Amino acid sequence: MHLEYQVYEADFVNAGAASSSIKKTLKQLNVSPQIIKRVVVALYEAEVNAIAHAYGGTIYADIEPDKITLKVVDTGPGIPDIDWAMQEGNSTASPEVRNMGFGAGMGLPNIQKNVDKLNVTSTVGVGTTVEMEVNFT
Amino acid sequence: MKLREISELLNATVRCGEVRLDEEHETAFASDLMSDVLTLGDYNPVILTGLSNMQTIRTCEMGNLDIIVLVRRKKATEEMIEEAEDEGMVVMECDYSMFKACGLLFKAGMLPIF
Repeated sequence: MHLEYQVYEADFVNAGAASSSIKKTLKQLNVSPQIIKRVVVALYEAEVNAIAHAYGGTIYADIEPDKITLKVVDTGPGIPDIDWAMQEGNSTASPEVRNMGFGAGMGLPNIQKNVDKLNVTSTVGVGTTVEMEVNFT
Repeated sequence: MKLREISELLNATVRCGEVRLDEEHETAFASDLMSDVLTLGDYNPVILTGLSNMQTIRTCEMGNLDIIVLVRRKKATEEMIEEAEDEGMVVMECDYSMFKACGLLFKAGMLPIF
């Protein structure tokens, strides 16, 4: 099953709508609640990142019998130093993002904790792609 | 502790999920930072927060956290309540500070998750 969602820059009102939709789909497919939680926590973090740090983007989800593959592709400023961004506590978030309860520099590290495979690629001035995979077993 | 007792201790207004007030919950977690709330793993503690916006509800939805107590006189919007009702959540509003709300619950036997 292939699903796609658009997310838009600074659209905090709808931040999480894609993650919520995927959560419902996985529930219908009888994926275990523990696995669903890992998937949606990771995706929600990535979704918020695309809305908060980039100029929006597209979420691609591919659900197979044994795993889900997620790709969040944003157009944005890109991440100059991915290793720095992967460290807990490092953040470039705006005050607006912090007011929403995010921007503590915990997003990418928390994604890493929840997924089985993570690949972050970024080009400064172009955008960032976050690829995640979670096995169902 | 029953959710009803929590609402009474905190003199809280229950905005939605009243049918669940006889449920027992033993643990609580307090934070204004949704990034922290998203790191709780498999726990489902009562969430006390002074952050009241749609992300409060969405974050709890993603984290399978379904009991929210808004502290410091923060009120939930109708939109938040609508979303929380769809998710079967309990949302309470309390006038006390985070410190006082946590202190009262701790004294009454609620446990931290770490």
